Amino acid sequence: MTKQVHLAAHFPGVNNTTVWSDPAGGSHIEFSSFVHLAQTAERAKFDFFFLAEGLRLREQGGQIYDLDVVGRPDTFTVLAALAAVTDRLGLTGTINSTFNEPYEVARQFASLDHLSAGRAGWNVVTSWDAFTGENFRRGGFLPESARYSRAREFLSTAAELFDSWRGDEIVADKSSGVFLGNPAAGAFRHRGEQFDISGRFNVPRSPQGRPVILQAGDSDEGREFAAATADAIFSRHGTLEAGQAFYADVKGRLAKYGRRHDQLVVLPAATFVLGDTDADAQEKAAVVRRQQVSGATAIKFAEQLWNRDLSGYDPDGPLPDVDPIVGESTISKGRASVRMNRDPIAVANQWRALAAEKNLSMREVIIEVTGRQNFIGSAATIAEQINTLVQADASDGFILVPHITPGGLDEFADTVVPLLQERGVFRTEYEGTTLREHLGLGFSR
Amino acid sequence: MPLHLAVALDGAGWHPAAWREPDARPTELFTAGYWVDQVREAEAGLLDFVTIEDAVGLQTSGFGPPDDRVDEVRGRLDAVLIAARVAPLTRHVGLVPTATVTHTEPFHLSKAIATLDYVSTGRAGVRVQVSARAHEAAHFGRRTIPPFDGDVEAFRDLFDEAADYVEVLRRLWDSWEDDAEIRDAATGRFVDREKLHYIDFEGRFFSVKGPSITPRPPQGQPLVTALAHATIPYRLGARSADVVYVTPTDAESARAIIDEIRAEQEAAGRASEPLHVFGDLVVFLGDDAAERKARLDERAEFTSDAHVFTGTPAGLADLLLDWQRAGLTGFRLRPGSVPTDLTAITRGLVPELQRRDAFRTQYEAGTLRGRLGLARPANRYAKAAS
Repeated sequence: MTKQVHLAAHFPGVNNTTVWSDPAGGSHIEFSSFVHLAQTAERAKFDFFFLAEGLRLREQGGQIYDLDVVGRPDTFTVLAALAAVTDRLGLTGTINSTFNEPYEVARQFASLDHLSAGRAGWNVVTSWDAFTGENFRRGGFLPESARYSRAREFLSTAAELFDSWRGDEIVADKSSGVFLGNPAAGAFRHRGEQFDISGRFNVPRSPQGRPVILQAGDSDEGREFAAATADAIFSRHGTLEAGQAFYADVKGRLAKYGRRHDQLVVLPAATFVLGDTDADAQEKAAVVRRQQVSGATAIKFAEQLWNRDLSGYDPDGPLPDVDPIVGESTISKGRASVRMNRDPIAVANQWRALAAEKNLSMREVIIEVTGRQNFIGSAATIAEQINTLVQADASDGFILVPHITPGGLDEFADTVVPLLQERGVFRTEYEGTTLREHLGLGFSR
Repeated sequence: MPLHLAVALDGAGWHPAAWREPDARPTELFTAGYWVDQVREAEAGLLDFVTIEDAVGLQTSGFGPPDDRVDEVRGRLDAVLIAARVAPLTRHVGLVPTATVTHTEPFHLSKAIATLDYVSTGRAGVRVQVSARAHEAAHFGRRTIPPFDGDVEAFRDLFDEAADYVEVLRRLWDSWEDDAEIRDAATGRFVDREKLHYIDFEGRFFSVKGPSITPRPPQGQPLVTALAHATIPYRLGARSADVVYVTPTDAESARAIIDEIRAEQEAAGRASEPLHVFGDLVVFLGDDAAERKARLDERAEFTSDAHVFTGTPAGLADLLLDWQRAGLTGFRLRPGSVPTDLTAITRGLVPELQRRDAFRTQYEAGTLRGRLGLARPANRYAKAAS
């Protein structure tokens, strides 16, 4: 049976994927940029819009990291505003379970779901670093080993709150004077290791019942958590073999939670470079890679492996002749995944071998080893690649990460999407009104 | 002196039986359209701003824990999100959602209100609200607040904490200088990190490092407002707010309250800064206002912290101008029932005030702060640097 492709639009984030130096690059904070991407995605009948979050400005070498985009909005506020300028597009964002409380987050998501008529989605992440905690009243109180237990309990507590209203309580019968059909609507009591709360939840049940739950865990524990609780999982595995392995792995974990194969949508993140021809796209992609890795960025990336200050080196010269400092990374803070290298010396030697073999400068090595452009080609080529990967169960679709804000999805929407529609693997109209329906998940679990 | 007018939106209106009025829309309270319609009506009436009530607990009839009443509106949506949802569909009216500060993170609220300022292009504010209610604390489980026994001194710490909270909001809004984003292709720098500032706030109740993750909002400092009925809350308003809402019963009590707030302002070292004092009033307006109110009162008992005006728009205009002479710079009107009393404000009271040259006849372009005669403040950190 031919599968339908799911597509989502990621508002470009604060890493070097985003090319802010391009003349086409617009504001990353003005609301008009968010409107542009969201309306482009809706015009193309995408499943949802996605916004990432980081709760402290990144630092490297004890200073705010200034080479990538810095500055982003509050997730809930932007999503609620986007609900006013879109009609069907799912509105999803990352909300951290460490630096928030379940009651408040449940209120916000239930409110967003009401205000968007059933389009809210929540990417649940958990941090544990004291660095980010310095911005919050409760600090970075969580040991890394406890992060999933907190996330699990956060999510289950939020679910209790969402479910504290059944959905039939608002009677509002003017003549009899009965507003509330159940005098105990919203009553809850949760006693657990992380949370001991009780009272009355004050948002009636929302159109989707609960927001769609997204996750991005890649570790064994993360995959297990997603299999147990998520409606969709993001992944980093966008190639055929790695994608198939990941897909089989997470789908294989569903049965033990009494869940069907189609109740977890697998969506790798993917970048793309479109050209009139494949050759043209390859040329553009090389230019984009050089824009993404400036000389200054190359030094910073190398520092993350070497774990030492490399500011004295020339990025267009050879790799550093000194060896990396082995041990706890002290150089970079506030990144979701500081490139944790168990054996940095071995990696450095691999890089040196690559440089010798191809005669590459430090910057060229970084361009080569950090590059991740999933789809490069003409519209026809990219449509073919996307469909092939989905039909081969390497994914159920993709979260597309444009490298230009806010117009980076326009050409994709105009050229690739129609080809997918012609093949009959992507919707030409929204069939449902809620995000849960777009993802084929049926009503709330 | 122009008179400033805001309207306070809450459910079906401020009377607990308002939802039963013939034109009420109680089944729509949890839809976006209901709020869009109200805020657009406020904008059609050229009002300065709307506030949106909120709380982290279910509504109650008294000051105690949630009751099991079923005859009044229960349940509400997050006010900041309502404000964000209506922002793109309005152009001028200010948007001032209520936010509880006792149980929330100033870091989150600062970026939420900054973002509201972005999505509304300079029309955002916030009404900071202390929660002194035991049952609301139980929703978070991080602290215990004893049941209220009438002793307001017990809440002194909660209001001191609120003042710290607002200080953090304000520092975070300034933690980016306006021109921090430089996009300097030559050096590869997107921002000038010399223009990003740690706020390093350390107080009795919490500490916050900064900087914000959100750049400085269009207004620089979105509007901070607070409702106050007594000395301790007056002090919070005088220390921290741009607008204080107060609840006088007549011109004389308005004068006394204003004197107290101005003294607190001086004590806080803010005497030279503009601080609006708005009078809060619940209003039932129209030729049949007394009848309507009597009908509502028969259905539910209505107690109010604010003065209740029942009468014609012309009568209300007389009262507002009288109280304005006592020193109030504006009013926040709480419609008894919606839409009747909201449209009576926008289509009855406003034209009446316009006839008396006491209210604007069109919006000037600009920000909410600008409309209230508040300058765009210099960035406290930029000043320190120069």
